[in-house]
Amino acid sequence: MKGNIIKYAQDNIDTDVIIPGQYLKVHDYAELATHAMEGLDPDFHSKVKEGDFILSGKNFGCGSSREHAPIALSHSGVKAVLALSFARIFYRNAVDGAFLLPIEIDEDAYNGISEGDEVDIDISTNQITNITKNQTYKMKPFSEIIGKIIAAGGLFNYKPDQD
Amino acid sequence: MNIVEKILARASGKSQVAPDDVIFANVDKVMVHDVSGPGVLKVFDKLKKQGIAVDKLWDPTKVWVAEDHFVPSAEKVSAENIVKLTNFTKNYGIEKHFKYGMGQYGICHTLSHEEAMVMPGDVYVGGDSHTNTTGALGAFACGLGHTDVAYVLLNGRIWFKVPETYYFKLNGKLPDHVMAKDLILKIIGEIGTDGGAYRTMQFGGSGIDEMSVESRLTLCNMTTEAGAKNGIVEPDQKVVDYLSSRGATNINLINGDTDAEYAKTFEYEASEMEPIIAKPFSPENICVVGEAPSVELDKSYIGSCTGAKYEDLEAAAKILKGRKVKIRTEILPAAISIYQRAMENGLLKIFLDAGVTVGPPTCGACCGAHMGVLAKDEICISTTNRNFPGRMGHVESQTYLASPLVAAASAVTGKITDPRDLK
Repeated sequence: MKGNIIKYAQDNIDTDVIIPGQYLKVHDYAELATHAMEGLDPDFHSKVKEGDFILSGKNFGCGSSREHAPIALSHSGVKAVLALSFARIFYRNAVDGAFLLPIEIDEDAYNGISEGDEVDIDISTNQITNITKNQTYKMKPFSEIIGKIIAAGGLFNYKPDQD
Repeated sequence: MNIVEKILARASGKSQVAPDDVIFANVDKVMVHDVSGPGVLKVFDKLKKQGIAVDKLWDPTKVWVAEDHFVPSAEKVSAENIVKLTNFTKNYGIEKHFKYGMGQYGICHTLSHEEAMVMPGDVYVGGDSHTNTTGALGAFACGLGHTDVAYVLLNGRIWFKVPETYYFKLNGKLPDHVMAKDLILKIIGEIGTDGGAYRTMQFGGSGIDEMSVESRLTLCNMTTEAGAKNGIVEPDQKVVDYLSSRGATNINLINGDTDAEYAKTFEYEASEMEPIIAKPFSPENICVVGEAPSVELDKSYIGSCTGAKYEDLEAAAKILKGRKVKIRTEILPAAISIYQRAMENGLLKIFLDAGVTVGPPTCGACCGAHMGVLAKDEICISTTNRNFPGRMGHVESQTYLASPLVAAASAVTGKITDPRDLK
């Protein structure tokens, strides 16, 4: 899966900046998308393109359980978030609702990948290739259940009893 | 096994579970509110299009509904969401719906214990991150998103990775000027906002035994701010009495084994604790009140699931009695039952005499979405749980988190104030 990077070189990007509280009453996915990242980067909506990836630091998505956060990013076109670590509920919302891939990266990838770089994520080999800079990095493999839910296309398509 | 492992073992029909095991747990109670409910219905619509049946819930008697974030509705989208909730409970036969304007209602994380909805040993999930609060009753209580809640509503169970547990031990009783809020801010300052990520934060020790159930609720509520999966306190007679007085019967306690294992133990001496605040823009950005920056405050806010329980209002009243506030101050009791007690016991008169605005029991300005939000550059001291950029309104406003004692003392002086320093 290839995409271009939008980089926020900071930790603790919280759900209040991903989708501010005033939009929690909104359940129209297209409308939510127009407000994605509004609390941090008011230009996000105009610069994000279908298939982009976000890259950020530790504890991405901390705070609220609002599924509006991965929904807003996903419906903006974001296919994956690459971060040093994720907050628990954001991570499982992203996977269980099949909105986007939360990819845990290491410091090398965090420092080596720049805004605008084109990268290729291969979850079968857990490898990230920076096409722009011709570099490769490892991603943290998904835990078994997360991998299965992603492969199934979300929690409702996952059949635990048939394992 | 510790208490969480025992609860999750019971709920998944296993004799033993250990950290990192993935289990499917049967859920005992599930909550949706006016933010998560319409989101869940949206998931139902999507499922219907995929041919998945959504015409009945696994067990409507185990579902309860709160209206708390956007009530009374200030505009039509919120009003329409309330109608969606009303239709949802009607269509699916859910009886426990706390509607505003019809008796008891309030913040979902307060109703869960005020109405004795969740029992010790239960697996309780809700469509809100502060569902962790209810761990203070000795339940495994955990927040989930819309898709997960929809899954629970249809299947009665959900997957969890069994968390490892950090144990926070408090030795001795907290001094009068220090509240549970100060302790949990100190802990978050120490372990950081991701220090509890994927983990349980369990509280124990003589200081926790001494604490009221309401204080324990504050601790568990704020575990969300350390990224924890859940917070928990082993249930004791205080919990039994608390729930019994609210009509609960057949209360069965699950406690951890005496040789239970914890990934890490942290220890605190109550006598060394001081009033703490968290500065903008993170709950981990703490300092003792004595070292707080000297800023002119615009507002004091005493409300939310963290800071508007009855004992929080009592603490504020202790400070505000016979005094006047110097800055805009709002107090929003966390439930009608608390509001009523505050009226019967004279707290409301103290607040009104001090110049405070007392609002209805809602989430109010806590999440920057409803009444009382902050303008650009405004600075607020607040008993709420988060102070992220824009959390309580304008992205360039600032919020300092504090205990109700500190928030009330600061309301009186207009700057961040140690309650012991009030003249």
